[in-house]
Amino acid sequence: MQLSRYEEDALDGKYGDAVALAYRALVAIGNAIEADRLIDVSWAHVSGVNYNTIGDAGLRFLEDISKEGIKVKVKTTLNPMGYDRGRIEPIISDTFIERQERILDAYSRLGVIDIHSCTPYDMDVFPDIPPSGSQVSLAESNAAIYANSVLGLLTNKESAISALASAITGKAPYSNLRVQESRYAKVCIDVRYDIKDELDYGLLGYYAGKLGEECIAFNGIEHDRLTSAYMKALCSALGTSGSTGMFRLQSIDAKERYLFDRSDAMKVKDELSDSDDGDIIVFGSPQLGLDELSGIIDTLNGRRFRKRCMIFCARSVYSKASRLGYVDALERANATVYSGCCACLTPLISRDSVDSVITNSVKAAYYLRSWNKVGVCMRNMRSIIDSESV
Amino acid sequence: MSYGKSGGKEYRCRGIVGGYAEGFALLSKEPINLLTIDSNGVVNDHTSMLYGKSVSDAILIFPNAIGSSVGAYRLYALKVNNKAPSGIVCINTADIITASAAAISGIPLVDRVGDAILGELESAYGVGTDTEAGANVNVNLRVSSSVRVRVRVDAYAGIISIVDDYE
Repeated sequence: MQLSRYEEDALDGKYGDAVALAYRALVAIGNAIEADRLIDVSWAHVSGVNYNTIGDAGLRFLEDISKEGIKVKVKTTLNPMGYDRGRIEPIISDTFIERQERILDAYSRLGVIDIHSCTPYDMDVFPDIPPSGSQVSLAESNAAIYANSVLGLLTNKESAISALASAITGKAPYSNLRVQESRYAKVCIDVRYDIKDELDYGLLGYYAGKLGEECIAFNGIEHDRLTSAYMKALCSALGTSGSTGMFRLQSIDAKERYLFDRSDAMKVKDELSDSDDGDIIVFGSPQLGLDELSGIIDTLNGRRFRKRCMIFCARSVYSKASRLGYVDALERANATVYSGCCACLTPLISRDSVDSVITNSVKAAYYLRSWNKVGVCMRNMRSIIDSESV
Repeated sequence: MSYGKSGGKEYRCRGIVGGYAEGFALLSKEPINLLTIDSNGVVNDHTSMLYGKSVSDAILIFPNAIGSSVGAYRLYALKVNNKAPSGIVCINTADIITASAAAISGIPLVDRVGDAILGELESAYGVGTDTEAGANVNVNLRVSSSVRVRVRVDAYAGIISIVDDYE
């Protein structure tokens, strides 16, 4: 990879250790994905915020790189943190809070925007999204896929470290999905299954991600049936099972084709779920938007949940939902709405108090089993509400 | 393949993050979500063929990382806590998660290994492949835990060598 004089100097440490480390990460990536140069990005979204995932090593790393007084070079937004600052529950220890707040302080010193959301593509969450065609650097996997596939932004499926390196340097290696000519699908999935809800889209996404393609096409999905909730389910499941950074809804070029039918969907469901029922209900991974919150209220139609129901959304969505009366309506229905955190990798759900969880999210299901080590029952939102509310 | 000075078999690959590493080969023919490796270095993903195995001090050989972007921090944390693999070999092109994490952690990383070393390791490990009809996903491999192959990675020169005979 060709570096400019400035970039060479930065790599050599002329602008400090943190900047040098950021360039070291970008150069390693550039070598791996055969980028010929670094290009400018106009937005970075950084994951690695939740103390539950990055732990003490991540905390010290962030404190180290933020102590030199450097600031991010481009607007940079943040993924969810570990808990809702407005609703701290006993399961969150004082130590956890202290370490989580130190992580946030470190990010704050770097000058990031603390949206604490895994859905920065939602205008209610982040209104300053660059125009279509812009080079960006998004770490949260569902956000990278959504940005490429729906918003026409250009990013690779970045890592927490590569997006942070882009935030610090304002640059990213120019290769793969950043190159317009590379944004086509070599593989297409022919969907031979009447996909009708968010769970189905999640199952399709999880199956598709396993094929290992950087860009994948779906044939048989009607564009106008794809609500934002369905696209979020598809993107988050794709991001969970694979390395796919983009999907397309039609493909002219794809020579390799796979069929996705009901039996494939059921196989994925069987792989991810191991319970017929659950002690609690979880909605929100990715965090829910206003449309999804109102969808739950409409489906409840005055009924109340029989079990504890945890709903996750971004803080800005929570504020808007409060003003619209959604939060009150959900709380009257026995649900708890958490903001700024997410079901994925949450410290709020522990095997000590919960055996199994009911969710409509493939991403939540995968991490609740592998990380929180609880059982998982998967159903779509309507079915969960119909069976678990009175 | 060629034979190195010590007589061990040598295989060419591509150096991504420079360094030398040596350890027992831990092979997964399926990609790994690094975030599902716990703080002790044990793989917790029940869908992974390395489920329950520890990556600590091993030469971790796998196609590429998948899933969570935060997997990069997981690898870094393992390094800080002396639980990391001593070296990493991506069978395919090294992905952004692995490359960025190896770069900040100083874990030697190579990629694009040929089929020859994989064949060698598979036969040493007695790996069998079950492919479900009609799909090339869900490849299940059985790995005999009694066999261990020691490998050395030179990530500057882009060489992997099998150090000695199988234990």
